[in-house]
Amino acid sequence: MKTLTVSVVTPNGPVMENEAEMVVARAESGEIGIMPNHIPLVAPLSIAAVRLKQGNDEHQLAVNGGVMEVSSNKVTILAQSAEKPEEIDVQRAREAKERAEERLQSKQDNVDYLRAELALQRAMNRLDVANK
Amino acid sequence: MASLRDIKARIDSTKKTKQITSAMQLVSASKMNKAEQNAKGYVPYSEKMQAVVANIANSSTDVSHPMLQTREVKKTGYLVITSDRGLVGGYNSNVLKTLQNTIHERHQSPDEYTVVVVGRKGYDYCRKRNIPVTNSILGVADHPVFADIKEIAQSTVQMFTDGEIDELNIIYNHYASAISQVPTKKKLLPIEDLHEQGDLTAEYEYEPNQDEILKVLLPLYAESLIFGALLDGKASEHAASMNAMRSATDNANDLIDDLTLSYNRARQAQITQQISEIVGGASALE
Repeated sequence: MKTLTVSVVTPNGPVMENEAEMVVARAESGEIGIMPNHIPLVAPLSIAAVRLKQGNDEHQLAVNGGVMEVSSNKVTILAQSAEKPEEIDVQRAREAKERAEERLQSKQDNVDYLRAELALQRAMNRLDVANK
Repeated sequence: MASLRDIKARIDSTKKTKQITSAMQLVSASKMNKAEQNAKGYVPYSEKMQAVVANIANSSTDVSHPMLQTREVKKTGYLVITSDRGLVGGYNSNVLKTLQNTIHERHQSPDEYTVVVVGRKGYDYCRKRNIPVTNSILGVADHPVFADIKEIAQSTVQMFTDGEIDELNIIYNHYASAISQVPTKKKLLPIEDLHEQGDLTAEYEYEPNQDEILKVLLPLYAESLIFGALLDGKASEHAASMNAMRSATDNANDLIDDLTLSYNRARQAQITQQISEIVGGASALE
């Protein structure tokens, strides 16, 4: 079966480069699945897991936003951070989640809600990916 | 001539200084290697980012985004990357000189520009000279990760989007090689020279549409440029520090050689004098 080359790149270096039969990501407009010979595409991603399917295997990556580019059977994901499940610091993510929840519930004026919300999303995303 | 004991004391203290500088040289050398690797590891990201942005900018002529448009410049922002500590030779002064010259050339009053500083040296310099500082970050790690400077990068880019500044320049030391760092001034925003880069091979489909993507992509792009400059600057900092410490060690060696020479001379002179005293005494007895 035909495959796509998937590379995930962050400012701290490439996270992975892999072959996959199908890539499922959550774009800001909804979930999209990319299969080989997809037309060139650019889409911003939301904070969610990116799934790579290879036969019966499925790999997950926690990707924090960023942009996905597809051209000539290559999928490139540019994100500010991305982690494989085994790289996730569960303890830290859990703490970040609690902190963000606390902030969101504090209902004070000096809290940056947008930031807290994004932090919460990132933490939940990491926990989701790590627990699978 | 200084006494034997004085010279001995100076030799000892110079030796101790040499020990410190040569240790710092080794530390800086290893930090430089790491920083160079970091800068290299970052290249794929920035290249990919550049390619995607250039592709979008090229693929259609009617892209419009505030970050691509040149406005009349009422206020200019400068992002200056310096180090937190000294002992780095001309590293900081080169960057700050570039900043000072640029300000002198282009501006009449402090209302026309503002500075965002990375590093304590630059911060102190600006404060002392009443250069307006909007934002600063001190104590950046030796090997920064993106999260360290995300906030300042975001808020700086935000300043441009909000119309607070109409142009953003970045001043840092470019790491040309281990022995050469070039103070560099680059215009970051508005993004201008996109159309020359990238190939026109792919016609993209945009999901949901071009404007939405540019809204996400361009800030990411600008932030990535800032981070790239920071990594470049850090590599330069360690290289500059290594060179400064190496020449300090060399100077200490020269100094020790000179002092040892005059120490031996003084010792010889003392012995000669003692002998002539003994001979003089003996001949007086005859």
